[in-house]
Amino acid sequence: MIRIRTRFFASHREALGIDRLEIELPDGSTVADLVDRIANQFPNVAAVVRLARYAVNRVYLPATTVLQAGDEVAFIPPVAGGGA
Amino acid sequence: MATRTDWRFQIVDGPIIADDVIQKVADPGNGAICVFHGVVRDHALSGKATRFLDYEAYAEMAETKMAEIAEEIRLRWGIQHVAMTHRTGRLAIGEASVVIAVGTPHRKQAFEACEYAIDRLKVEIPIWKKEIGPDGEEWVE
Repeated sequence: MIRIRTRFFASHREALGIDRLEIELPDGSTVADLVDRIANQFPNVAAVVRLARYAVNRVYLPATTVLQAGDEVAFIPPVAGGGA
Repeated sequence: MATRTDWRFQIVDGPIIADDVIQKVADPGNGAICVFHGVVRDHALSGKATRFLDYEAYAEMAETKMAEIAEEIRLRWGIQHVAMTHRTGRLAIGEASVVIAVGTPHRKQAFEACEYAIDRLKVEIPIWKKEIGPDGEEWVE
């Protein structure tokens, strides 16, 4: 098993009521597997987490990315920085 | 505030002092410094009234992404002098949420690169805003 650190922001964070969660997954799991786990565990965010972008160790990566122990996976809702 | 990546790219939780951002791109070879201020306006895109904006950032990644955008600008225009500061927390109408400064020998490239920087920032940087108005609050997505 590998232990993954997850981060949640903005609308996801508020819907979940947490900004971080550690999750154990089988070796060889992908970002998509992590998303499935979150979606199953928290049905109220299932739809939005499936539409998010994902960052692994602060880099946007596809859901097919294989995770390593200790990775930080951030769920990135649609961004809106910068003002006008 | 301490930086986690490069001092020219910062997420801060207090007011942005534009002159500080401008100083970061100062160079004797520059004939132009183009500065973009993103400021909080009193209405949403929908037209609804806004009283405040709450900005939230994935700060460690946001600073890294700002540095990447500056690298894109270096590769495209050969511009070395780019600085960006974005603020988080609650901002009132008229306050600056972001300040970008681009210094170049000649003005045309400064304008182009500054517009490129804010356009890229808005789609790439993990920062979110919530509009808080008299009718409630809503994340902008």
